[in-house]
Amino acid sequence: MSSQHGHSDAHQHSAHGSLKSYTVGFALSLILTLLSFGCVMSGAVPQHLVVPGIVVFCVAQLLVQLAFFLHMSAAPGQRDNLSIGVFTLLIIAIVVVGSLWVMHNMNLYMMHPMMQSTSSSIG
Amino acid sequence: MSTAITANHGVLPHGGAHEHEHHDDGSKTLLGFWIYLMSDCLIFSGLFATFAVLGHATAGGPSGKELFDLKFVFGETMLLLISSFTFGLAMLNMHAGKRGKVIAWLFVTFLFGAGFVGMEVYEFHHLIVFEHAGPSRSAFLSAYFGLVGTHGLHVTSGLIWLVTMMVMVGKFGLTDAVQRRLSCLSLFWHFLDLVWICVFSFVYLFGVL
Amino acid sequence: MFGKLSLSAIPYHEPIIMGTLLMVCLGGAALLGFVTYQRKWGYLWTEWFTTVDHKRIGIMYGILAMLMLLRGFADAIMMRAQQAVASADAAGYLPPHHYDQIFTAHGVIMIFFVAMPFVVGLMNLVVPLQIGARDVAYPFLNSLSYWLTASGVVLVMLSMFVGDFAATGWLAYPPLSELKFSPTVGVDYYIWALQLSGLGTTLSGINFIVTILRMRTPGMKLMQMPVFTWTALVTNILIVAAFPVLTVALALLAADRYLDMHFFTNELGGNAMLYINLIWIWGHPEVYILILPCFGVFSEVVATFSGKPLFGYKSMVYATAGIGVASFVVWLHHFFTMGSGADVNAFFGISTMIISIPTGVKLFNWLFTMYRGRIKFTLPMLWTVAFMVTFTIGGMTGVLLAVPGADFVLHNSLFLIAHFHNVIIGGVLFGLFAAINYWFPKAFGFKLEERWGKASFWCWVVGFYLAFMPLYVLGLMGMTRRMNHYANPAWQPYLIVAAVGAVFIALGIGFMLLQFAVSIRNRAENRDLTGDPWGGRTLEWATSSPAPFYNFAVLPKVDELDQFWADKEHRRAYPSHAHYADIHMPRNTGVGLIMAAFGTVLGFAMVWHIWWLAIGGLLGMIGSFMVRAFDTDVDYCVPGAEVEKIERARLVPLNKLIENVGPASAGEKVA
Repeated sequence: MSSQHGHSDAHQHSAHGSLKSYTVGFALSLILTLLSFGCVMSGAVPQHLVVPGIVVFCVAQLLVQLAFFLHMSAAPGQRDNLSIGVFTLLIIAIVVVGSLWVMHNMNLYMMHPMMQSTSSSIG
Repeated sequence: MSTAITANHGVLPHGGAHEHEHHDDGSKTLLGFWIYLMSDCLIFSGLFATFAVLGHATAGGPSGKELFDLKFVFGETMLLLISSFTFGLAMLNMHAGKRGKVIAWLFVTFLFGAGFVGMEVYEFHHLIVFEHAGPSRSAFLSAYFGLVGTHGLHVTSGLIWLVTMMVMVGKFGLTDAVQRRLSCLSLFWHFLDLVWICVFSFVYLFGVL
Repeated sequence: MFGKLSLSAIPYHEPIIMGTLLMVCLGGAALLGFVTYQRKWGYLWTEWFTTVDHKRIGIMYGILAMLMLLRGFADAIMMRAQQAVASADAAGYLPPHHYDQIFTAHGVIMIFFVAMPFVVGLMNLVVPLQIGARDVAYPFLNSLSYWLTASGVVLVMLSMFVGDFAATGWLAYPPLSELKFSPTVGVDYYIWALQLSGLGTTLSGINFIVTILRMRTPGMKLMQMPVFTWTALVTNILIVAAFPVLTVALALLAADRYLDMHFFTNELGGNAMLYINLIWIWGHPEVYILILPCFGVFSEVVATFSGKPLFGYKSMVYATAGIGVASFVVWLHHFFTMGSGADVNAFFGISTMIISIPTGVKLFNWLFTMYRGRIKFTLPMLWTVAFMVTFTIGGMTGVLLAVPGADFVLHNSLFLIAHFHNVIIGGVLFGLFAAINYWFPKAFGFKLEERWGKASFWCWVVGFYLAFMPLYVLGLMGMTRRMNHYANPAWQPYLIVAAVGAVFIALGIGFMLLQFAVSIRNRAENRDLTGDPWGGRTLEWATSSPAPFYNFAVLPKVDELDQFWADKEHRRAYPSHAHYADIHMPRNTGVGLIMAAFGTVLGFAMVWHIWWLAIGGLLGMIGSFMVRAFDTDVDYCVPGAEVEKIERARLVPLNKLIENVGPASAGEKVA
């Protein structure tokens, strides 16, 4: 325990962030939010790029906030958190993608074509 | 995510002099809280999956395209984003040991958070009363209210927690226990912002396409 | 004022229920009277109800589970009796609505309030001892988890006498469970009981992950943890990953029922299949949550009673982790017949079959551990052998059901019922019985006697095969599950055999209770003075039986697997220390119990739509938690001198004994 204690003290600064890191994170988040909404609201983005655009900016902003606000990193003191986070990501992917796949596939086979317009899944 | 273990050991009885296993060095609590957040994350992933499956099941009722006002959502997003930043400032002051400033920034965070919840309540009220698009109108709207409402409830509990922490900082000062709890709340608050990023991207922006 | 609740909610006209109510009231009054007469209320409150000691919480989980086993089994034997008689013209003695509640309650109780509390209780009792920790990471949270589980139990039991219980089957599939088709409070009891106990289980999961990751004794690496602890770690990861999905599914069902939403309804775009999809995303990992710790139990038991290290420790760990991850990608095999295409069904069918590979690895590891070992057929070992045979049969029928084509024939038939009872009784329950016999001395300080234990064992095993093998046949003959009455008289002989099997199981339970009673009466002769009654290999046997409240006076140093065994070999297992340091322990608290009591009020009020009371319950929960949060006096210090006194009292005679008979056999000699 006491060895871990010393360890966390040594990594104190990187783990807490600073005014600069919070400001950078805030600015990046602001820009990415503007880009996301801009994708849809400006009307200037070609149709087929809107969806990928939203997804990319969303993921980018998630990563920015994880790094600058939640101080996630691959530093030794963070490894447990990081691996738990990655495992969670796997489960989320299984839950979301799996549900969509299963439900979409079932709708495809089981739903009357007329009903599809009102209650089919996206995808 | 480790908490500084420098100041104020003496508040807990027997806290300072020993280095025993039962003296939480903060990393244990934060790990546990992180795992809790991950389980919360899975609650949201269930709700997102539900929304994705039911998102087009409007049952002849209004769709997202007719209902969502992106400018309004952008306003909500800004409030939450700024509150995340101000919470960061509160945490920086905590590490610097400035008790008064911590309370002040927590209060600012509370205002922005309350503003967000207020806007959401207004939005829901507007949808239910004026647009006749309440949660019982269609599966799509059930899923929408279920997902966005759950996020709103989380922010509301975050607000209650914020008030509690302001009282605690005032009463106990920045003790180990208080710092630990502030660190947890900080994780919680930033986590809610992460969820909101997914909400505005996949519910609102996708919804109006 | 009282929502939907009125005096007519009590089912006066049901003689069976009123009879049960009378029994419960009389029994309860007798128990309360006895405790009052013995003046034990103060003792119970300060030593048990408010305890944050993981060992005592573990024991309380065990008692709760044992009580609920009786309730769940009463349901089972009523169903068997009904089906044994309700053939052709005979209607049997249970009306359909009552019968439907009984099979629902049986499933819910056996999974959520017998198997889960048993498993969580076992992890409570054993894990901190096995990793050389003084308690779990969050002792208060642990007490809260227990009491939340108990409040779920209270709601389920209450539903029998006030209102009714769900009549939907144990997973409450919509649209049947929607308000339109289940207008009574039964499903609401179901929802709130499971939400409360589910919250408790999730908190336990978090607690144990942190305990195992952060509180291992100095030197113990992950790959030096006992296998039971490994299985507990994977199980708790599964709990934290799976239970939130259950929470979501039940919350959405509640939203449908309470707020007129349309997630799973037939109208306005709702999709009942979505519920089935969500609930099984939780449901399949859940069965591994139950079985993995039991795999851990068998690993400990086999190694101990074969007198050999576990064969293939590493493969055991990887198999456990592999099963854990794979359990998340098989859920659709519970609803192959839902109508997905061949590609989806093939994916989930194959992934299901793949799970049997790591399970097979485990089985061979246990066999190779026994191979050329000096096997001692004690009770835990008997249960283990019975498990290996029974579980293999259940596993094979499971692989059969994993073939989508076969499943289309067997889905919802008694073949399925036979299959999952085969793995849950043959796997989980046998594992828990092995665990009870194995760790009982560690919890209470004396061994369970063998004679009644063996009688119970044989009744259970014979009863199990009599009760469930006929169900396989019936399934192939086309009998579906949950039938209150059937027209085909050819089924009746098999159902009568099954009912006889249930009677044997009843004897098994009776003998087990007798075993406990006799063991308690004769505890003086079965006392375990060494702390190591079986010649164990893992750390929990290094401390006394029962373990002192601080578990270890000096945290053991570990640098290999089976450290305690090596220490015994080198005659350094029981070192005397010149100096004992002070020990910090968490203070007992009643807040967990109080919060759960408010939770029960909240759940009850929600069931009956008594909104003011629900708000009161919620505020009570939050308020009592706040009181706890502002309390800074939560731990205390045990002086080193006191620790020294307790330790010397054990070690001085023990070391004398070891000098006489040698370390490895000291335990047995004394016992």
